[in-house]
Amino acid sequence: MMTAFESSCAATTDRPLLQVQGLTKRYGARIGCADVSFDLFPGEVLGIVGESGSGKSTLLSCLAGHLTPDAGRVVFDTDQGPRDTATMAEPERRRLERTDWAFVHQNPRDGLRMGVSAGGNVGERLMAVGARHYGTIRETAIDWLGRVEIAAERIDDRPAAFSGGMQQRLQIARNLVTGPRLVFMDEPTGGLDVSVQARLLDLLRGLVREMGLSAIVVTHDLAVVRLLADRLMVMKGGHVVEQGLTDQVLDDPQHAYTQLLVSSVLQV
Amino acid sequence: MIEISNLCKSFTLHNQGGIVIPVMKTASLSVLPGECVGLVGASGAGKSTLMRMVWGNYLAAAGVIRVGGLDVARAAPREIIALRRDTLGYVSQFLRVVPRVPTLDVVAEPLRVLGVPAEMARARAADLLARLNIPQRLWSLSPTTFSGGEQQRVNIARGFAHGYPALLLDEPTASLDAANRAVVLDLIAEAKARGAAILGIFHDEGARARVCDRLVDVTGFTPKAAA
Repeated sequence: MMTAFESSCAATTDRPLLQVQGLTKRYGARIGCADVSFDLFPGEVLGIVGESGSGKSTLLSCLAGHLTPDAGRVVFDTDQGPRDTATMAEPERRRLERTDWAFVHQNPRDGLRMGVSAGGNVGERLMAVGARHYGTIRETAIDWLGRVEIAAERIDDRPAAFSGGMQQRLQIARNLVTGPRLVFMDEPTGGLDVSVQARLLDLLRGLVREMGLSAIVVTHDLAVVRLLADRLMVMKGGHVVEQGLTDQVLDDPQHAYTQLLVSSVLQV
Repeated sequence: MIEISNLCKSFTLHNQGGIVIPVMKTASLSVLPGECVGLVGASGAGKSTLMRMVWGNYLAAAGVIRVGGLDVARAAPREIIALRRDTLGYVSQFLRVVPRVPTLDVVAEPLRVLGVPAEMARARAADLLARLNIPQRLWSLSPTTFSGGEQQRVNIARGFAHGYPALLLDEPTASLDAANRAVVLDLIAEAKARGAAILGIFHDEGARARVCDRLVDVTGFTPKAAA
């Protein structure tokens, strides 16, 4: 018994990877997201759900440094200790984006360089963090293409010649090749066939487990968060209306909006 | 190992006029290591509700649910995640998995998240699947296409892959034939012998008689109708 008890104690004493406090973004008089606070710990996957316009994408953009919040703190546990990324200097944040962070866009075209080969797309990110040896870069690229189930012989093809599902897997390889600690994902399975979605979910779960990644996944698909996320945040009108353990929020929703969301899902 | 005291629960249906349905009042029970306690009571009396509160996917309104030292009723999500990884197993009536993942890996997963090497985890999974009479030719397929009985056996194999100190079993023998039912009852007996505390729902009276040390009737926890 002690072992289990000790390990659950250990899990409560380690340091959050990301601490978000009072994060607010307005578009003029309109609220993008308001007063969002949460902690994310190493190895955790946080799902953010809500309908279009609920503020989930605005929140993700603020967290990832693509938008500057009007108020609040986004404290990331960098190799030099906790730092507020919302106020850090631009070059420093760019360095985080190349090393500790990754961003998987809904549309792979936003996250890939379409004119560069598949191998180049993966290798480019390695070179951005200092890899120089061509043989090593190509070898690592082939290894990663394999991990995301893209055949090695496609390494010199451009992403434009790939299917949507393959493009999305290539984007994931490009993002994860440098071993980031935190991955932001914006509707990573959106726009894909259901069978392709399942494959991607399986892949993401395996990578999260093996690499000990933390991830923040924005989606409107409740089935995706049930299988992928440890914790869930529900947003409406820019506010977080409910958050908790994923299966608790989905099985025993407390807020009127979450109840509506959960009961509106069509059963198959 | 599992200690429940003064547990209360109600559901508030915001989209149906905010109606509040009280479903449980001052429920108390405890399960010692090596003991199996069966929950009984009519359908709708709250057996599954109680079990879900212990698992943590239903929120408690009041009361304490101690599992191995952690109060699930008040624990942070990540504490419950850690509890489910190390200490508390759950065989529900439904198998919920990522489609496309092979059955062998579905069963091995609880061990993989504990850091057990893939080979060892798969060997344990294979052992359980064989015991539960899942033909080997199915192990490389996703269980999503299996029959109800096969899915249930995969779920049981997954629940018994790791030697959890505490286990929740929701109708583990329903829809199984005699041979497989016997295997499941053996698995439960073995878990008890190694000291697991088990809380279960068994509609099958023979199964109940064979593995349960005590029965708790949840009807006693049902709030009286306000009529």
